[in-house]
Amino acid sequence: MTTGVDGHGEGAKVSLINDPRWRGLFFQAALLLAVIWLFWSIVDNTVTNLSERNIASGFGFLDSTAGFSIIQTLVPFSEESSYGRVYVVGLLNTLLVAIVGIFFATILGFVVGIMRLSRNWLVARIATVYVEVVRNLPLLLQIFFWYFAVLRALPGPRDSVNIGDAVFINNRGIIAPSPIYGEGFAAMPVALLIGLVLSFGIRRWARKRQEATGQQFPVFLTALGLIVGLPLIAGLATGFPVTWDMPALAGFNFKGGFVVIPELISLVLALAIYTASFIAEIVRAGILSVSHGQTEASYALGMRPGSTLRLIIIPQALRVIIPPLTSQYLNLTKNSSLAVAIAYPDLVSVFAGTVLNQTGQAVEVLLMTMLTYLTLSIATSVFMNWYNARIALKER
Amino acid sequence: MTDAFLDREAGEAGKRRTAHLAGFHTNEQLPSLPPPVSTTGVLGWIRENLFSGWFNTSLTLLGLYLIWLIVPPFIEFTVINAVWTGANREACLGPEVGACWPFVWARFNQFMYGFYPNEEVWRVNLVFLLGALGIAALVIPAVPAKRVIGVLMLTAYPLVTFFLLTGGSFGLPVVETAQWGGLLVTLVVAVSGIVASLPIGILLALGRRSDMPLVRMVCIAFIEFWRGIPLITVLFMASVMLPLFLPEGVNFDKLLRCLIGVALFASAYMAEVVRGGLQAIPKGQYEAAMALGLGYWKRMRLIILPQALKLVIPGIVNTFIGLFKDTTLVLIIGLFDLLGAVQQGLTDPNWSTPVTATTGYIFAGFGFWIFCFGMSRYSIYMERKLDTGRRN
Repeated sequence: MTTGVDGHGEGAKVSLINDPRWRGLFFQAALLLAVIWLFWSIVDNTVTNLSERNIASGFGFLDSTAGFSIIQTLVPFSEESSYGRVYVVGLLNTLLVAIVGIFFATILGFVVGIMRLSRNWLVARIATVYVEVVRNLPLLLQIFFWYFAVLRALPGPRDSVNIGDAVFINNRGIIAPSPIYGEGFAAMPVALLIGLVLSFGIRRWARKRQEATGQQFPVFLTALGLIVGLPLIAGLATGFPVTWDMPALAGFNFKGGFVVIPELISLVLALAIYTASFIAEIVRAGILSVSHGQTEASYALGMRPGSTLRLIIIPQALRVIIPPLTSQYLNLTKNSSLAVAIAYPDLVSVFAGTVLNQTGQAVEVLLMTMLTYLTLSIATSVFMNWYNARIALKER
Repeated sequence: MTDAFLDREAGEAGKRRTAHLAGFHTNEQLPSLPPPVSTTGVLGWIRENLFSGWFNTSLTLLGLYLIWLIVPPFIEFTVINAVWTGANREACLGPEVGACWPFVWARFNQFMYGFYPNEEVWRVNLVFLLGALGIAALVIPAVPAKRVIGVLMLTAYPLVTFFLLTGGSFGLPVVETAQWGGLLVTLVVAVSGIVASLPIGILLALGRRSDMPLVRMVCIAFIEFWRGIPLITVLFMASVMLPLFLPEGVNFDKLLRCLIGVALFASAYMAEVVRGGLQAIPKGQYEAAMALGLGYWKRMRLIILPQALKLVIPGIVNTFIGLFKDTTLVLIIGLFDLLGAVQQGLTDPNWSTPVTATTGYIFAGFGFWIFCFGMSRYSIYMERKLDTGRRN
């Protein structure tokens, strides 16, 4: 900055315009002013527009009565509940779809991703066709397909698909028996918990012992026995105090049992199938990224294919898989907002849809909705980054 | 080898072994036999790839079962049992009826152009044709003067398209955007989204890697905000909130508001794609450009961006495919793209049959699939081509 050879004067001085430091400060100040001006004019215009339309701003509307009902609620909700309650119901429904969808998408995605690498030509081809077809179709189209073309086309309640007189599938959804817990039922979950804790302890003990002595212990079988066996014994001891509320046809619809609504089914199906096609590609790339020498080396050590996969390939592949997998989980969560197209009562549908239309509080409602998704996104990526750091290659 | 070894070996044991082997031993080279029939040709291939071992065999059988479950019913529905001609729903009623294609023929114009007036449809077709020719010229390697065509496609073509589609000048009657629909809207939203998001995305990516902390912060906030929220809320915002943000008397057309929302959303994604490209350029390139005495913008324009953008062409194509599929969401705010037009057609009582919905979705799905699959193939082809270019 002090070596300017500009010819005029004695100065090794550069004019302020050409000094990168000053130029940077100038640009940043200009940007700051522009951003402030933008926000100020937006707020100003909004306030003017709202007052002209006589819309009261603020979050007071959250306490007023909603006056509509929602077809699926995870917490008690009635027409007398407040708009704030609607928000909670919508958020929980969104989370439900996201979690169930992520669960199935992950399983399907891993299966298809591994299928694509299968040495069986047919299996690999089927997986390729699945990925290429599903990935290149809009998600909304798939949701519509499952909802309007498949689930709506199912027979009505009178001609339901009947599975053992217990589960019924018709155009109102899947109706299954719901459990009613009797006296002494608590013993079973407690036994399950004890089984889980014991298995965990045994795993640690077995690992320590193997490190010390080299002797192996059948951890998986023992854990399975504990987790399944203990609750079973507890159930036998208390005489299985669970009765089932069986669904039965009464008039035009089923009474009793619990109902999984078709909106939820089609949304989960579409989200899981769509996202799985992306996860499959991520899994394939992850597994391919592990050099073949690793497999050969572990075979040379005498490891069997199963152990090689479990102990050598997957841990290394996961490092490549986790970051893009996180983005897919985020995408799935955000895509669950397409629920509004088939009126599944998620956050966007009931809150940014119904509540916005009823109250006209566009700014507040949309801001709340956006901030919720933003928080979900950030929370998911923080969690996945933590997990990613935990499994990352530990180097000195 | 064995000979020499055995000859050199002294003692009884060696002799005994030589004698033992004598019956099988020859010094002449035997002609090599062809491999067993079962390992070559079609049969060998099938045995190797489909039926090696019980596990592989059961996988194959499972796969065949899956295909049998899906493919014959699909062909039966779309071809064998399908209805090909008819005037209304009567033709498609019946117990074993497949796809109702007359529904697609009857509403084909809506699927393509929405409610664009019939006598003006040639304008849309001309736009489609010009676009197809321009893209073909850009995509086919043998066509010369790519740079000129590219600049024309980014400057002249949007202008021509705008005047042709909206009308109102050069003696063309005005067509309100409310009358647009179908594939036309799909393409308008997707193409303008990508064309607008490319420059904004590049600026955001440069900003995110800038040395100026305030610029960096603003860019990061912008990118993370738009990436963290679903497109639907962006569209809701564009249709409900944007009018509130604007001063009194200023109001945009609904389609234009939607385009602004899509462009902002897409540019955040584009920024991350370009950032990837910028990060992949070795530091030496930046330093060399600086050593030449080039200023920031010249460095970026002449040295860094040409290399970075070339690297991320597949990423850009992927963003475009995503955007193309996401275009369908505009139907939620009341614009009718291809899927929207099909969905609207399904409510027509003249065509309400049990198979209409499936037929419509298969048609729309095929339309989207052709575009998306074509683009993804092209991006793979480009990736391979550019990859070899870099290695040589």
